[in-house]
Amino acid sequence: MEEPDFLVHHKGDTLGVVVVEGVKAGQTLRGWVMDADETIEVKVLVDIPLGHKIALAAIGDGQNVIEYGNNVGKAVEVIPVGGYVHFHNIKSNRW
Amino acid sequence: MARDYFYGYRRENGRVGVRNHVLILPVDDISNACCEGVERLVFGTMALPHSYGRLQYGEDLDLHFRTIIGCGANPNVAAVVVIGIEPGWTEKVVEGIAKTGKPVAGFHIEGRGELATIAAASKAAQDFVKWATEQQRVKAGIDELWVATKCGESDTTSGLGSCPTVGNLFDKFDAKGATQCFGETTEITGGEHLCASRAASPEVAAKFMKVFQDYQDEVTRFKVDDLLDSQPSKGNKAGGLSTIEEKAFGNLEKIGRNCRYIDVLAPAEAPAKGPGLYYMDTSSAAAECLTVQAATGFVVHLFPTGQGNVVGNPIMPVVKLTANPHTARTMPEHIDLDVSDLLKRRMNIDQAGEALIDMTLRTCDGRYTCSETLRHREFSMTKLYRSA
Repeated sequence: MEEPDFLVHHKGDTLGVVVVEGVKAGQTLRGWVMDADETIEVKVLVDIPLGHKIALAAIGDGQNVIEYGNNVGKAVEVIPVGGYVHFHNIKSNRW
Repeated sequence: MARDYFYGYRRENGRVGVRNHVLILPVDDISNACCEGVERLVFGTMALPHSYGRLQYGEDLDLHFRTIIGCGANPNVAAVVVIGIEPGWTEKVVEGIAKTGKPVAGFHIEGRGELATIAAASKAAQDFVKWATEQQRVKAGIDELWVATKCGESDTTSGLGSCPTVGNLFDKFDAKGATQCFGETTEITGGEHLCASRAASPEVAAKFMKVFQDYQDEVTRFKVDDLLDSQPSKGNKAGGLSTIEEKAFGNLEKIGRNCRYIDVLAPAEAPAKGPGLYYMDTSSAAAECLTVQAATGFVVHLFPTGQGNVVGNPIMPVVKLTANPHTARTMPEHIDLDVSDLLKRRMNIDQAGEALIDMTLRTCDGRYTCSETLRHREFSMTKLYRSA
C-alpha cells in the first residue's frame, strides 16, 4: 500500500496517530491498522501535527479511550470522529 | 540474525566489556577536584565527579556504595584509582572493586593534602593506562553481552517505532542467552497489569507488583499533584502523548513479545539468576536510570527517543534511536539509528530490529556512539533521602 497518514496499534482502538507532517482540516487520511494489517480512512476535522492523535470513533464525555487495545484515559468532553485528541479533552484515569 | 558475536575485553572475572576505561573514582563529592586533577595530568583516564558520599546512612548509603563500587566493577572498566577524603570508606570501595580481580588502587586526602595525593594517584593511574592500552579485544558471543534499555523524551513515535525496535532486539538476544534489563517504575503506571503478565512466574510478578505499589504509595504519601507536569513531561505532550497510561504502553514495547523477566532487582543490585531479562526498580529520569544500570554491570545501552533526549553515560555506550522523522532531521548528531521508515511502511519491525542489532554490535566492537563523541557523561546518583 501507499505510505499511511496515520497508524493504529490494534483493531478496535478509538485513537490513531498521525505520522505525516502538515495534516490540514478537511483532508481524508488513510490509516494502517498494524495488528490486523487493514486500511481505514477518516476525514480530519482540524489541523493535526505529526505524532498527535485523531479520533476514529465518536467518544462520549466520560467514556474511556482505547489505544494499544487498552484503556489509556477518559474523555472529558464529546469528541467527534476525525476530532483532535490530546490532554485538553482526555485525562488519565490514574493521577 | 546478521551476526551473533562481538569483540570485547575479557576481564579477570570472566565478564566481557566493550570499553576499556581507566577510571579516577571519587568516593565523595569533596574528592572530585583531586580526581579531576589526576584526569588532567594523565592521558587516557576519566574522572567521575558526583554530588554525594558524605554523611549518608542506611539504605541510602548502601545504594551509594553499590553505585560507586558497581561502576568501578563494570567490565567496561579496565582499572580504577579510587580517591576519598578519609581511608575508611575509600578502602571499602577499593575492596569492593578488587573482588572482580581488576587492578585498583586507593588514596585518601586527609593527612597529606590534595597535591601530594594527586602526585601519588597519578603515578598509579599512569601505570594502569599503560597496562590497559595493551589489552586486546577477543571474540565473544551474545550470551556474554549485558544490554540495558530505557526510553526518554518519548512521544507517540516511540510506542509505534523505536521502542518495538528495541523489543525485537530484546526478543532475539534473549533467545541467544543475553543478560538484559529494563525498569522505570513510574512509567509503567497504567500498564502494570501488562508488565506483571510478562514475569516468568507468579512469584516474580508479585515481586514486581510490590515494587510498583510501593511507588504508588510514595506518590500518595507526598500528595503530589505536580507529577502531572512530569508524567507525561512537557516534551512528551509536545510529541502527542496525552496520559501516563498511553506512555506506559509505549514504554513496554521495549521488551518485545516473547521474553519474560526472571527477577526484580533493587537499584544497582547485581542479577543473581544468570542470563535472562531483569526488571530493575529505577527512576524514569534518564541519567539516574542509566547510572544504576551501569552500576549493575550492563555494558551497552539502547535508548529510544521521540523528541530527542541527548543523554549519555560515562561507563556504557548509549545507542540512541528514533522513529520520529522530524527529530532525525533536526537532531542528527544525537541519533545513532533512524527507524522513521517504520512509520512510512518502508521498513518492518524485523528489519528495524536487525538494523539495531548491527549498530549495537558495531558499537560493542568499538565504534563511538553520538553521545560518546559529544562527551555526554551524565553520572547521576539516585538519592533515597536527605543525608544526616
